[in-house]
Amino acid sequence: MEQFLSLTLGGVVSGSVYAAFALALVLIWRSTRIVNFAQGSMAAATTFIAVAVIDAGGSYWLALVVALLSGLVMGALIERVVIRPVEGGPELNAVIVTLGLFVAIQGIVALVAGVDERAFVPPFSKVGYEVREGFTLLSLSPNSIWTVAAVLVTMLALTALFRFTRVGLAMRASAFGQEVARLLGVRVGRMLTLGWALAAAVGALAGMLIAGDVSFVGPTFMDTLIVFGFVAAVLGGLDSPIGAVVGGLLLGLALNYVRGYLDDSLLGMASLVILVVVLLVRPGGLFSTTAARRA
Amino acid sequence: MAEPHGSTASGQGAPAGAGTGGGTATASALLEVQGLTTSYGPVRALDGVSLRAEAGRITAVLGANGAGKTTLLRTISGLVRPTSGQVLLDGQDITRAPVEAMVHKGMAHVPEGRGVIAELTVDENLRVGSLFRGKVGREEFDRVYDLFPRIAERRENPAHTLSGGERQMLVIGRALLARPRVLLLDEPSLGLAPRIVAQIFGLVRQLVDSENLSVLLVEQNARSALSVADTGVVLNLGRVVVTDDARTLAADEDLRHAYLGF
Repeated sequence: MEQFLSLTLGGVVSGSVYAAFALALVLIWRSTRIVNFAQGSMAAATTFIAVAVIDAGGSYWLALVVALLSGLVMGALIERVVIRPVEGGPELNAVIVTLGLFVAIQGIVALVAGVDERAFVPPFSKVGYEVREGFTLLSLSPNSIWTVAAVLVTMLALTALFRFTRVGLAMRASAFGQEVARLLGVRVGRMLTLGWALAAAVGALAGMLIAGDVSFVGPTFMDTLIVFGFVAAVLGGLDSPIGAVVGGLLLGLALNYVRGYLDDSLLGMASLVILVVVLLVRPGGLFSTTAARRA
Repeated sequence: MAEPHGSTASGQGAPAGAGTGGGTATASALLEVQGLTTSYGPVRALDGVSLRAEAGRITAVLGANGAGKTTLLRTISGLVRPTSGQVLLDGQDITRAPVEAMVHKGMAHVPEGRGVIAELTVDENLRVGSLFRGKVGREEFDRVYDLFPRIAERRENPAHTLSGGERQMLVIGRALLARPRVLLLDEPSLGLAPRIVAQIFGLVRQLVDSENLSVLLVEQNARSALSVADTGVVLNLGRVVVTDDARTLAADEDLRHAYLGF
């Protein structure tokens, strides 16, 4: 029972990190129908910028703000400069471009920051709370609470943005009906840029949370997360921010049970099995609106 | 090609038909298209098309599938760029203006296939139509709902749950929220029951008369379109075959058989 509780809580924590990453993928998928394989290395880049701020004497919180802002700028720039020219062409072109970006950004990070992994100090303690005499829940620490809270707040903020603001409505219109939106006077190009900027900022947050969780950063430290974040996003239907978070949490729980009751080495396989099963049983994901689009 | 009688306008700037309601051919047109040519690769979808649409009048563009009707509207609103020719709105050249700017200039385009945004609710669809105007009073939305009570009942439902007729009402209502002076309607009758078509055409006529709107109506359903339009323009293979008063066109049996299919 104690092991189950511990695994469950741990699953929620790692699940919320997958969720943050999935959120970033979903934001880009919604606006441009592209799976952004460069998300991981973009987040690695912003996390290294944050590390530089901390090295220069800045606090974690200043570094976080700088990481988010540089994410915004990087996302907007990448959309305008690299993605815009291939938009409207075959979808595979854009996907290949993001794969190229993935390699290129990772290379640039390694060139600038070096290939060595570096320690990363999380903002809060990672010592688990002692729930009663002699029983410490390792996975329930101040830092894990911060991680989960940050992701939930981000999801709620994004949901509110999409549902209650004019910009959010314009973004949704651009995502679901580009041509109609243009005819109605929506500046679709700007909305796509904004979508990428927001996505990269959420990705930057994911990078900071993961760095705190694993306590190190390196040019490739996000690589394993790409797979998990992608599975989480597909699980949630690729279209909905809430779906991304639920997908992330479900995946986190499932993988943590696999880790605890079976074996660590099965994680990659387990996530692929989940991906295949979702695609077979419910190809639209749990929260998909594709049925709506086909109608 | 044999040209049935009526003023031909395949060349440059031929005056439009005289019209029923005493409209004069010399009155300056709200929307004027001059020698528009649009190509998809080697295929000329539009070949020197000229026409004019006046305020308070419905101009029907008719012709078979592939005659270039949809391309004409798409070129006017900037979704497709012409290889030559001009589009004038109020005498101002808008041929190269960005698509997003058209609603600002007073032109709304309702695309073929009832361009609802399926994932958004009815109300959200309407709101998107008024986004570019900034804050828009609730009473303007209520007016659209008064016009189309059937969609008012479903305002919180996703647009993909609407029937074909309701979708057409939604997109026309949405276009009206842009407060256009020129409305481009692409095949509003497509796939609708005749009763609904009559209802929608009747409503368009009413709006044209009460708001002094200018409507450019593209239709394959020539019989219905001519019954409501003032002027008809017949397209064939990208060229204007004839431009004339709608009643004259409807009465011309040879023309009907040759190009309009009724």
